[in-house]
Amino acid sequence: MLEIKNVSYRVEEQDAVIPIIEHLNLTVGDGKFVVITGPNGGGKSTLAKLIMGVYPVTEGRILLDGEDITELGITERAKLGISFAFQQPVHFKGIKVVDLLRLASGSRITINQACEYLSRVGLCARDYIQREVNASLSGGELKRIEIATVLARGTKYSVFDEPEAGIDLWSFQNLIRVFENIRESIQGTVIIISHQERILQIADEIVVIEDGAVKRQGPRDELLPELLGTPSAANNACSRLAD
Amino acid sequence: MMDEIQRKLMAEVADLHSMPEGAYNIRANGISEARNTTANIDIISKTDKSGIDIRIKDGTKKESVHIPVVLSESGLKETVYNDFYIGEDCDVTIVAGCGIHNSGAKDSEHDGVHRFFVGKNSRVRYVEKHYGQGDGMGKRILNPVTEVYQEAGSYVDMEMAQIKGVDSTVRTTKAELAEGATLIVHERLMTHGEQKATSVYTVELNGEHSSTDVISRSVAKDASEQIFEAAIVGNTVCNGHAECDAIIMDKAHVVAIPRLDANNVDAALIHEAAIGKIAGDQLIKLMTLGLSEKEAEEQIISGFLR
Repeated sequence: MLEIKNVSYRVEEQDAVIPIIEHLNLTVGDGKFVVITGPNGGGKSTLAKLIMGVYPVTEGRILLDGEDITELGITERAKLGISFAFQQPVHFKGIKVVDLLRLASGSRITINQACEYLSRVGLCARDYIQREVNASLSGGELKRIEIATVLARGTKYSVFDEPEAGIDLWSFQNLIRVFENIRESIQGTVIIISHQERILQIADEIVVIEDGAVKRQGPRDELLPELLGTPSAANNACSRLAD
Repeated sequence: MMDEIQRKLMAEVADLHSMPEGAYNIRANGISEARNTTANIDIISKTDKSGIDIRIKDGTKKESVHIPVVLSESGLKETVYNDFYIGEDCDVTIVAGCGIHNSGAKDSEHDGVHRFFVGKNSRVRYVEKHYGQGDGMGKRILNPVTEVYQEAGSYVDMEMAQIKGVDSTVRTTKAELAEGATLIVHERLMTHGEQKATSVYTVELNGEHSSTDVISRSVAKDASEQIFEAAIVGNTVCNGHAECDAIIMDKAHVVAIPRLDANNVDAALIHEAAIGKIAGDQLIKLMTLGLSEKEAEEQIISGFLR
């Protein structure tokens, strides 16, 4: 179980303190598939980074399976069983896809095993395994490789920060399928930050974050119909049009 | 016979764990330790100065020459002249490299002057690794000079690496290319401690449709200093590209000096240089995979210098 207790995150900018997350409380039960949604600038991605330890909390506690991880760094949290897929995958010079998958799995996996992870995210493994993880790959390809690293880690908790961001419509259709099948791939708790209705539709639970706090949390069947009738849903539709 | 230290140096600079296949000349502490020639590749000692002539017959394909040098005697200083005469229509691999073990107080220095005369339509792959070890106060110094003269349609791919343990190096590389010739250079360099490394490349594109790509990737750690200077001269219709990509760490100092010199309206010359520290998001990504910051840094550097 992941518990976020009264967490705040504030940044200082030109002598002013700007609150990004304010007294946020959230509990994610074991094995749940939770989608965190809400308007842009509401603090969703920040929350994901606070869970991974990329940003330090200003106040409050984060508990993982009862253990207080608030003061732990990224590496220690990763070792305790949290994986993270970045909204904007990082480029490397010289590091290949197979290297990244090996580092992720934490062992000298064979090329065949590495290929298996790529196949699960819909990439033809043979074409990608020896490619460098750099800008020669498209946004959609990098996104899927990013997801494959999370699959390769196979941890108890997996956090995906807007997997749909920055990819074209065709890639998106394929990506949705990856997430529809993710329960078979990941035996654990999945937290996805997303605006996409189709991802919301496969959630167990939906959490709405607005103005740095949890505005609603509940089962999909309860929240989704409401969301589809709110300004947030309208935004969603508009962002789809913009895509 | 070589001792254990020399064998280790040999493994580092030439990936050699036993006597290589094909032609070779192994030089240890200033003496030719072992030599082998083949029907197509002859190795002859110079009579007027230290060094060898390597003569490769026209049409020699899929053959290799290894000429590693190891120094394990502190205070030894030598300048060696090696000339490679590569015939026409060849396809050969040449592996050079120098390893210095200095556990004494005196400086050890090996200055290799290599000249390549590459015949028409020949392909040459040249690999040169430099490596130093030993805990003495004496410096390990390597000052390689490489000259490449390429005839029409020839293709030379040079891989130069200096990853560890050389205190001071000045690398000077000059090349002249005839019609349709291509020169590719991949330099990989890592300096640490108080080391200093200078690389100066001058490539003259003299023949029509000749081309070159000089790529340097380097990492400067601690208080080390690197200077990379790439000059490409385009005298005709040609393509030239030089790239310097450096990671700077700690209190290091890195200088990149581009020089493009076009004497013809159809000379297309490009230079790119980037110096910067390891990107924070790269470290964070690898840390989310469970690596410590130090392990992440090592992975990023080893990938970068691959």
